[in-house]
Amino acid sequence: MKDARTAGDAAPLELRIDAKSYVSADGKRVEVVRGLELRLEAGSFGALIGPSGCGKTTILRIAAGLDADFRGQILTPGAGRLGMVFQEPRLLPWRTVEDNVRLALPVDRSGVDLADLFDTLGLGSHLAQYPGELSLGLARRAAIARAFAIQPDFLLLDEPFVSLDEAVAARLRDELMALTTRTKVTTLLVTHHLEEAVQLADRLFFLSDRPTHVIFEKALSLPRGTRSKEDIASISEEMRSLVAQAVTGAGPR
Amino acid sequence: MTKVYSLAVLIVAWAVTAALVQSRLLPGPLTIGTTIIADIRSGELPFHMACTLGRVIGSFAIAMLLGIAAGYAMGRSKTADRYADPWLIVLINMPALVTIIFAYVWIGLNETAAILAVAVNKLPNVIVVMREGTRALDPDIDDMAKVFQFTAFKRIRHIVMPQLAPYLAASSRSGLSIVWKIVLVVELIGRPNGVGFVLGSAFSLFDMASILSYAICFIVLMLVIESLLVQPLERRANRWRRRPA
Repeated sequence: MKDARTAGDAAPLELRIDAKSYVSADGKRVEVVRGLELRLEAGSFGALIGPSGCGKTTILRIAAGLDADFRGQILTPGAGRLGMVFQEPRLLPWRTVEDNVRLALPVDRSGVDLADLFDTLGLGSHLAQYPGELSLGLARRAAIARAFAIQPDFLLLDEPFVSLDEAVAARLRDELMALTTRTKVTTLLVTHHLEEAVQLADRLFFLSDRPTHVIFEKALSLPRGTRSKEDIASISEEMRSLVAQAVTGAGPR
Repeated sequence: MTKVYSLAVLIVAWAVTAALVQSRLLPGPLTIGTTIIADIRSGELPFHMACTLGRVIGSFAIAMLLGIAAGYAMGRSKTADRYADPWLIVLINMPALVTIIFAYVWIGLNETAAILAVAVNKLPNVIVVMREGTRALDPDIDDMAKVFQFTAFKRIRHIVMPQLAPYLAASSRSGLSIVWKIVLVVELIGRPNGVGFVLGSAFSLFDMASILSYAICFIVLMLVIESLLVQPLERRANRWRRRPA
């Protein structure tokens, strides 16, 4: 009973995974997700926050249509054009930065002007370089440029700032904030970094350990982009205590 | 420069040995040089070399095309691999001579048989290498291509080919050298022209000068093809790799 269909324009992103498991190397069936449900309004930015190894990447792969081996249903917004930033940049090492971005474009748009996008992401002077010549931060920028270049209807981000030093990550978050605000693309970010989620998202989904489900979700009232450092710190504190309550309230499993 | 030196040492050693032995069975470099020039003037040598080269190109092309297709299919599909692997093992272990005899007996003593026999000899090696290359294709990049809806053409041109290029280069290099060696055998057994045919008749006359001059000319030709064609293509395919420090 799996189904991935595409809804009309401005439809929300809906994800329901009743069960997802895999058979491990020693032949045991491991349950990764059970009874996970989430709904994200069109044009909004959601963040999945959970401990590492809880199956966040599995959920994103299902949402991206890369993994059809699950019970449940996904409903994607718009014409279903998907942009994705993977945890590793996944650029083609044998193509330059610019070629990597342009290759993702549909054939009829392959010559489109991307100067603005490259400028926003500070890639202007690196377009002719090969990925092997880039720092991780620049490679991530190229991966982000690729995801936005196709003008996606929805965007999946898998820990796009992990293992960057904090200054670079902070700049990239600001750039991402600018791009998502400008394009109003429905976005789902996976992260284990609470402050990052609080800075970027409209709605937070907190995930449990395996088998993963949503412990609770929270819409942030302060509009994104207007939250100061202090706001982010205090909201994060509040969230931490809410998560602690939700976990103890649920009792031992 | 070292290469030139080392070759020079070989030629000098040959000249000295030939001068010491003074036998019709080991002509020196000078004798060979004059034989080669005479054979080129008469048109004999270019004609036989062209015959052989044509067969090399024909069977090499067939072996590469079939081998790439089969190797790719076997690398991608476990089912295809399971079905075709026993055939592959039979092919790998089939002595070249047996394939050649089968081809001549079943197809006839003609060009088709000669070229096919060589192609079949080379084929399993291409399949094995290309299967290995296909298995090494990065699944993460495939996922990326799927998400970004790459067309089949884009996938082959920009994702599969660049990753297979080193395997392609490896199998064409070893391929070229295997193919021309087997072509000579095929010619020796059942063709009225080509370097292999000339070597066969020279052998029956103990004509060492002809044998050496044809062998040398053909080796030189293969080296030229290798360094003017195969190596530049390989370099081009690896342009994006950073040079090891």
